[in-house]
Amino acid sequence: MSGKEKPQIPIDLAAVRSALEKSGGKRMWRGLDDLAGSREFQDFRDHEYPYDDPKSRLGVSRRDFLKVAGAATTLLGLTACTKLPVEKIVPYVNAPEQIVPGHPLFYATSMPFQGYGTGLLVESHMGRPTKAEGNPGHPASLGSTDIYAQASLLDMYDPDRAQVVLREGHVGSYSDFLDLLKGLRAEHLAKKGAGLRFLTETVTSPTLADQFHDLLTQFPQAKWHQYEPLARDNARAGAKLAFGEYVETVYHFDQADVVVALDSDFMASGPGAVRYAREFANKRRVTGPDSTMSRFYAVECTPTVTGVQADHRLRLKSGDVEAVARSLAAQLGVKVSSVVTAPAGIPAGWIEAVVRDLQNHKGACVVVAGDHQPPVVHALAHAMNDILGGVGKTVTYTGPAEANPMDQVQSLRDLASDLDNGAVEMLVMFGGNPIYNAPADIPFLDKLKKAKLRIHLSLYDNETAEYCHWHIPAAHYLESWSDARADDGTVGIIQPLIAPLYNGVSAHEILTVLQGQEGRTGHTIVREYWMKQKPGANFEEQWEAWLEKGVVADTALPAKKVALKLDFDTSGGGGSKPGGMEVVFRPDPTVWDGRYANNGWLQELPKPISKLTWDNVASVSPTTAQQLSISNGDVLKVSLGGRSVTAPAWISVGQVDECVVLYLGYGRRRAGRIGTGIGYDAYAIRSSDTPWFASGLQVKKTGDTYKLVTTQHHRIMKENGVETEIESRAAFQRGVMRVGTLEEFKQNPDFAKNPPDETTEAKSLYPPYNYKVGYQWGMSIDLNACIGCNACVIACQAENNIAVVGKDQVSKGREMHWLRVDSYFQGDLDQPQIYSEPVPCMQCENAPCEYVCPVGATVHSPEGLNEMVYNRCVGTRYCSNNCSYKVRHFNFFLYSDWNTPSLFGLRNPDVTVRSRGVMEKCTYCVQRINEVKIKAEESNRTIQDGEIATACEQVCPTKAIVFGDIIDSGSRVAKVKGQSRDYSLLADLNTRPRTTYLAKLRNPNPEIKE
Amino acid sequence: MDPVTEEKPSLVTPESPWIAAGQSYASATDKIGGIVLTEKPPKGWFLGFGIAIIFVLILNMAISYLFAIGVGIWGINVPIAWGFAIVNFVWWIGIGHAGTLISAFLLLMRQKWRTSINRFAEAMTIFAVMCAGMFPLLHMGRPWVFYWMFPYPDTMGVWPQFRSPLVWDVFAVSTYFTVSLLFWYTGLIPDFGTLRDKAKSLFVKKIYGMLSMGWRGSAIHWKRHETASLLLAGIATPLVVSVHTVVSFDFTIALVPGWHSTIFPPYFVAGAIYSGFAMVVMLGIPLRKFYHLEAYITERHLNNMAKMLLATGFIVTYSYVMETFMAFYSDDKYERFMMMNRMTGPYAPWYWLLVACNIVIPMTLLWSHKIRTNTVSLFLIATVVQIGMWLERFIIVVTSLHRDFMPSAWGMYYPTKWDWAVLTGSMGLFLALFYLFIRVMPAISIFEVRELVHKTLEENAH
Repeated sequence: MSGKEKPQIPIDLAAVRSALEKSGGKRMWRGLDDLAGSREFQDFRDHEYPYDDPKSRLGVSRRDFLKVAGAATTLLGLTACTKLPVEKIVPYVNAPEQIVPGHPLFYATSMPFQGYGTGLLVESHMGRPTKAEGNPGHPASLGSTDIYAQASLLDMYDPDRAQVVLREGHVGSYSDFLDLLKGLRAEHLAKKGAGLRFLTETVTSPTLADQFHDLLTQFPQAKWHQYEPLARDNARAGAKLAFGEYVETVYHFDQADVVVALDSDFMASGPGAVRYAREFANKRRVTGPDSTMSRFYAVECTPTVTGVQADHRLRLKSGDVEAVARSLAAQLGVKVSSVVTAPAGIPAGWIEAVVRDLQNHKGACVVVAGDHQPPVVHALAHAMNDILGGVGKTVTYTGPAEANPMDQVQSLRDLASDLDNGAVEMLVMFGGNPIYNAPADIPFLDKLKKAKLRIHLSLYDNETAEYCHWHIPAAHYLESWSDARADDGTVGIIQPLIAPLYNGVSAHEILTVLQGQEGRTGHTIVREYWMKQKPGANFEEQWEAWLEKGVVADTALPAKKVALKLDFDTSGGGGSKPGGMEVVFRPDPTVWDGRYANNGWLQELPKPISKLTWDNVASVSPTTAQQLSISNGDVLKVSLGGRSVTAPAWISVGQVDECVVLYLGYGRRRAGRIGTGIGYDAYAIRSSDTPWFASGLQVKKTGDTYKLVTTQHHRIMKENGVETEIESRAAFQRGVMRVGTLEEFKQNPDFAKNPPDETTEAKSLYPPYNYKVGYQWGMSIDLNACIGCNACVIACQAENNIAVVGKDQVSKGREMHWLRVDSYFQGDLDQPQIYSEPVPCMQCENAPCEYVCPVGATVHSPEGLNEMVYNRCVGTRYCSNNCSYKVRHFNFFLYSDWNTPSLFGLRNPDVTVRSRGVMEKCTYCVQRINEVKIKAEESNRTIQDGEIATACEQVCPTKAIVFGDIIDSGSRVAKVKGQSRDYSLLADLNTRPRTTYLAKLRNPNPEIKE
Repeated sequence: MDPVTEEKPSLVTPESPWIAAGQSYASATDKIGGIVLTEKPPKGWFLGFGIAIIFVLILNMAISYLFAIGVGIWGINVPIAWGFAIVNFVWWIGIGHAGTLISAFLLLMRQKWRTSINRFAEAMTIFAVMCAGMFPLLHMGRPWVFYWMFPYPDTMGVWPQFRSPLVWDVFAVSTYFTVSLLFWYTGLIPDFGTLRDKAKSLFVKKIYGMLSMGWRGSAIHWKRHETASLLLAGIATPLVVSVHTVVSFDFTIALVPGWHSTIFPPYFVAGAIYSGFAMVVMLGIPLRKFYHLEAYITERHLNNMAKMLLATGFIVTYSYVMETFMAFYSDDKYERFMMMNRMTGPYAPWYWLLVACNIVIPMTLLWSHKIRTNTVSLFLIATVVQIGMWLERFIIVVTSLHRDFMPSAWGMYYPTKWDWAVLTGSMGLFLALFYLFIRVMPAISIFEVRELVHKTLEENAH
């Protein structure tokens, strides 16, 4: 640190001498700085000895003190450098005094994602959050989560997070920053905040909104802008178009017999996705031949998690979806402005059949428009739902959950023009990374440089932080107080699980300084806000209840009566956009808009369907690839409107022809050790007027090739003139994936059953295990419910300390995921049925892995588990060779990170961190089984069904996975396994797997021939 | 001192098929012992040994890196968790078969033609088994706990898992190595005695004196030596069959299509003898040429070994045909797929190269007497067979694993430079040991050649 950046405060020696004289010469001193009482020294001291801080000395009761002291003693070895929260946080079930080593506590909190909160119960071991579970009481979770909530734990412990205050790129001091803010407050108060601008991402937090409200009252000319690259501007504009006001649309898929998705990935992205997946699956859950299923039609350009679930999936360019929406709407009786002709590529009678199906299910059907579709499609969907009587049944409208809904692209444009005009003196950015992800036609870097003072609060020292005067490390949501609304408005309090690892602060704490209320902690701010909202004598009681349950009672927004404007459709558009190659921008299915680029779990998580890892691609359909003679990994130069980017090609079966899908979120220049410099940056050609799709893309092969890695190979080969994908073909031949239609199932409920000669217990040379006593664990996976969302994969990784191995190792086939989701294609390559199949360890009763191990490192438990004894494993890898399902994974190198201290805290202490040279595999979360077993034995009872949930079962949004005791005839798993759709993988090998599957069913419309 | 040489010296005339004319007890002793007792080995020896040592150093580097980093330096993965290490192991073990077969099996069969080739063939066996034995150890994920494979009294009471063929392997290979070593050494004792007696330097005398274990050549020594040799031969002969049978169990016990096959034990033993004889030919031909041992390793020897190649080659061919036939005859979808994949899949070129090396080339050419007795062509054919046998193991290990039951888990195996380093390094180690052997030990059994002289003289006299 040079003196230039951080001026030393000269030590006044005379003052020092006098101070020493006053203390009579007996005072101990720690250096001249100490005696001079310099600010740096105080900062240093405050940091090193936080309990000496007068602030925290106030208001600490004896009880709190003892609690913290007790926790501090236990935590001393783990987090010696961080201070503990002195605020009272309330665990979900147990009281905080009861920290018992080895017994995790669960705290309810909410994870904000794109502003919207998902309720979580976070497992905390000795003060370290280790695993996020869904909060069953939270409407956006229902006990499950998506991949991001699971992976957010790793984000918190990321050693590459911003750790220090940066002042023009050099280490600065937070107290200097606060002083500066205080000074600026005074300055801007005088100017009524004329040059003051705030930029946030989407905000639903009522507390933060309240702070902004207060701030904007004090600084009437200041402005609050919001921008995030994947904002739901179209949905908002669509609602405005249809109803004249911003409303939140909440769907109820469990009420819908017919669902039509217009380019919507509602089960994998957007607010409420987890709940929607559950509702959708519930409506299609089949227990026997009399069960019913909803019928799902999807129109989309490239296969998505949601779209491939469709009974009828229509691949269509994004630009043509509007025409489909218009056709549907017109035939349903919605007044549309222009006569529409359906675009080419739609089978004759398709739309008519869908219309009839919808009309036959009035009041029990729903049309969903995707966030990527223009506002008019949303408005048409609203109109269709209205005319079909879905409003109030399958769709409800509420006031916006967002605190300040706005057109975010417009907001960024406004900010940019203010910046251009030199109107911005001080720009405070809370989160976000506009330099990286602003539209290409708003060169935000040039604009940003025009702000005189730029302040950036962020988890990472990212592309935007680099160009800011001040960069303040943000506290992760697991480290700070806040609140967030779910899509239905329900508020969850975000309570910290741990003190900030790197002294991060929250937006609340910075805003409070600008509000002139310095010194209020996040806890006070949030608590006082809610005290104001819900005053009452029993507030304390309520507050604790909210913290405990994770939701603030009665905060769900009431259903709102909205009137459809009949003349919304004034554009007169419709029909196809001009031809040519279409480009579609999509969030990356794992790293999202790029914010998770440095998250190794998400980078290595195979993307749904393609199973690509560590890269984004430009995907094209097989036919288009053939026309342009493109093969996987060819580097393409794609140009749009004078801008271009080079991207590796990927042939995506089921994608529409003449369309290139570019995935956002890669090509980060300053993400951290993991995320920097991988993939390409699709934002470079994404402009603000065509943020989702555009036509007129130029595609050129550069002649280079790029290595793309997948965890599952799909080889397309031409055989007898027909292109087939050989892995899928083999999978269907071998009965690995079994699919039928609902009709077939009703006629032959046993269609998927293994033939009896495959399931008879063949004689063995070795004495059989007794599978009739004690607990006998088993699992069932309902392929009809599974949507392949990957949540189980990452939950398993988080629960079981599974290492990340990197792209190079994945390319060699050495990924470590204990649970993988296989994808298979059936039918025509251009428009195949796409299926997902999660494959954990089968826990075979006749396990091929066990008898070949020379040292007995994998053994059978009396409860039917194949247990892996890491300590005993010598690494011959014979078990992996002999595993018919290839679910064993080997530590070819020392994959677990044994060196990065911040990652130690992340690890589940109940699961061994594996070393080099040992085999590992799914254990059915044996640590969870044993934990419950011990508890049950302590109270001298048997384990109840459902008491044990494996990590994959617990996280599954659709509850496709059921685990339990198979000899308890009343257990859920026994019942599910009793269904006629139950089948084993490779049953003919006589491995007798404990993990079995329920065959996938489809419910096609008999009117539509494919 | 030597009782035999005190007999009336005479020369072998006319030549016998197994020994050239003009040989006597003394000439055999001088010629064979002279190679060892000479002060200066030929320049070629230094060249060959030097090259071999370079590969030993490469091996050393590869192993050091392997132990430091882990088996991930190789191309193995899931599903192909076994790679070159196992291929090399089976290959070397196979090579190690011929020596014991020649010395023990042919001894029991009273085959005279074993005399002049058994010594170096046995040495080859020892060195090949050493090379082979190294691989299971290197192959382990945690080689430092290799001893867990043995049933030793552990305080924790843990024990090997005896259902695993890998444990059987440990016993089979270690037994085979021990017996082969004993057999070899027992055979060397009289020759060490001879070398001790002939040596001029005191130091060399002492060394060979110790190694000869007090051999005086008395009648009782000879009697006991004879008994011990026969006993060991009796023990070793079934081991020749058992060791590769057990090695084949490593595969057959598994479920993997392409491994799970009852034909493997005889198929592996035949293959082992095939490659073993090929190696004896590859070593014998240069040895004979560069050390001018044509008098002892005659054309007839080469011819006989070539015939052995032909015979075992046919068994191997039969096995290939049966394996293919059974895959289709069984109507097992996995077996059929495996066989089709072997013949037409990504490794098909290697499969067809293997067929060419092991079947087409040797099985067509070796019928010709001219080719069998031509050292150059025989050497080349033996080399081709050796490559073919290595490929056979590669095909068995890799193509069976790379596409087994779950299509979603199919993968590919690409050997890395470290795979090649270990393979070539093990060849270097083998050659280096062999060069040392021919420098310090008689490459042909002296006493047995003398016995042959004696018997030939007796036969000629009658």
